Amino acid sequence: MILVTVGMQLGFDRLIEAMDAIAPTLGQEVIAQTGQGEYRPKHMEMHAKIAPQEFEALVERCSLIVSHAGIGSVLTAQRYGKPIVLFPRRHALGEHRNDHQVATVRHLEGRSGVIVAMDESGLAGAIHEGLKAGASEAQRSPTATRLHDAVSRFIETGKL
Amino acid sequence: MLLRETLDQYDTRYATTDEAAARQRGINDAIALPDCNKDRPFAAIWCAFKAVYVVSKARPDVVISTGAAPGFMCILAGRLTGAKTLWIDSVANGEQLSMCGRLSVKFAHECLTQWEHLKGENRPRYEGAVL
Repeated sequence: MILVTVGMQLGFDRLIEAMDAIAPTLGQEVIAQTGQGEYRPKHMEMHAKIAPQEFEALVERCSLIVSHAGIGSVLTAQRYGKPIVLFPRRHALGEHRNDHQVATVRHLEGRSGVIVAMDESGLAGAIHEGLKAGASEAQRSPTATRLHDAVSRFIETGKL
Repeated sequence: MLLRETLDQYDTRYATTDEAAARQRGINDAIALPDCNKDRPFAAIWCAFKAVYVVSKARPDVVISTGAAPGFMCILAGRLTGAKTLWIDSVANGEQLSMCGRLSVKFAHECLTQWEHLKGENRPRYEGAVL
């Protein structure tokens, strides 16, 4: 199962519509959390909102997450060791108050388990790459190791 | 929660505004803190008292907060009881440091951002991120 999420606050019809077009070609169930969007998908199970516990159960069951570039989604994917395709909201298209999601994907691109699709044309390719990456890549990143080491150091010595 | 593997190597107590979330992750002895923010001054005062009570009872050597006003209150309470204090600004703050993060630059012993482009000349420092 592929889980699509746009966060709980804003709709993101561009992503939902693009996913709806790709869904029939994927050969597996696609469940979409669509927020306040207006587009009604034809090829995906749709929920405007999903309660946190239920959402985590879906994350656990899915093989891939496709998401707006929200940090919450990235953290959830990491916690469950799931690959995630990030599709940033664009300020120019009225999808967010600024372009911080574009900045977020620039920072995260290239990390294991994170695949970026800048627009609709790159989405199908990113999904196939994500499905190939599989669930095995939940190892700790170098930046996470650095933070863990810093926290240990602070606890033991009182200094960073 | 993403730092737990490291934190659990020490004698660690967790304080949270969301005990249910803590239980869901297998922490059954989390200390409950009331939630608060700058827009609700009375709740903030109550939260500050509770933070001082919790911290002075637990007498930690180190107080680490990863965010929001109740955590910041615990940092202040930790200063009162002589603990070493560390603020780790949430990775969600990629555009600017949170308000409590900016206060922690002054009030905590150390302050970390999880975004390299937000690090300051001295503080906040950047030492990696949970991602």
